Amino acid sequence: MIVSVDDVAKNDDKPISIFLKSFFSFLITFVLMFSAWIVLSGKFDPLLLWLGGISSFFVAYYFYDLLFPIIEKGYGGVFLRFTGYLPWLIWEIVKANFHLLYLAFHPRMKDLIDPHIITFKTHLKSDIAITTLANSITLTPGTITVTADSDGVFRVHAIDRESAEALPGIMLKKVAKVFGEEI
Amino acid sequence: MSTFFLSVALGLLFLMLFSMYRALFGPTILDRLIGVNAIGSKTVILLLLIGFLYERIDMFVDIALAYAFLNFVAVLAASRYFHKRKGLYEESFMD
Amino acid sequence: MDILVIFCLTIGLLFFLGGAVGIIRMPDFYSRLHPAGKLDTLGIFAMVMGLAIYNLHHFSFEALLLSAKMFLIVFFVFLSSPTATHSIVDAGMRAGLRHWTKKKRKG
Repeated sequence: MIVSVDDVAKNDDKPISIFLKSFFSFLITFVLMFSAWIVLSGKFDPLLLWLGGISSFFVAYYFYDLLFPIIEKGYGGVFLRFTGYLPWLIWEIVKANFHLLYLAFHPRMKDLIDPHIITFKTHLKSDIAITTLANSITLTPGTITVTADSDGVFRVHAIDRESAEALPGIMLKKVAKVFGEEI
Repeated sequence: MSTFFLSVALGLLFLMLFSMYRALFGPTILDRLIGVNAIGSKTVILLLLIGFLYERIDMFVDIALAYAFLNFVAVLAASRYFHKRKGLYEESFMD
Repeated sequence: MDILVIFCLTIGLLFFLGGAVGIIRMPDFYSRLHPAGKLDTLGIFAMVMGLAIYNLHHFSFEALLLSAKMFLIVFFVFLSSPTATHSIVDAGMRAGLRHWTKKKRKG
């Protein structure tokens, strides 16, 4: 459940809690930036470490609400469930990739494929859930998200009937479960 | 092992020629864009292989990373740019 | 160990080959996006996996860091490839391209 900064300010009387939440997202951003610095530089001079620390401090200070918007509750839960969602997604991608590979090498491909556009409506609210679902649909071969607007209406271009049938079902359920929303 | 890497790199170059066909003769501009994108994603791997062949992988990994970023930005910018060209496709669209 | 590397690279090459053949053979550009955007993504994943395993042959901390950097490429490609695909589809939609449908034979 993600709300904007204004909503939190309206709902919460205590300013201390919003400070804590901002500090938490600041801390996550800082750790992420600093580990990216370490991986990219690969050197462990004290000077370089200090430079990286200072620059990631400033980046995290100014842009802390850009990467992780202030979340009302359940930081850890969403990340844990998202980590649990990833292996299933990768397995699904691999499975569907072999299907597409079979299609590409099939000598009578034009008889097998049947491109069409399907539309379905979901009740996902938050932007990040819609984005995750849209990207998951696009990553799973055979289907490409054409449009996905903030009301939860998806238009999907599917390459054959088989990959279109599986669509608004199980993946939507999983994404809704990850972000704690009803379908 | 380096012989195998060399042959894989040559295979990738051969595949790039396939995508080059689409980039050169694609019926619409967006087809060319797809071809260019496919060439770019193969180039990332090619750069890594070149790094292993020259035994300077620590340097070439950075180049490959930057190339992946550039490829993404190029495709994004080009496809945004072609939003406005309405009449461009009608006569060139192959049925 | 070498066998695993060779296996990964061959799988990646197979995916790339499928992508290239798909780009050539598919009838219109919406369906060309399917092999182009996604077989290439998985091809990059498989090949980088193989190269990272090969890189860890002589194990050291720097080699580990280099492999992490390679997986950063994979992470970025997984993040950016749907966005690029979606932006191309969006451009095609706004330009008003019809998508290829199967011709109904005999009525």
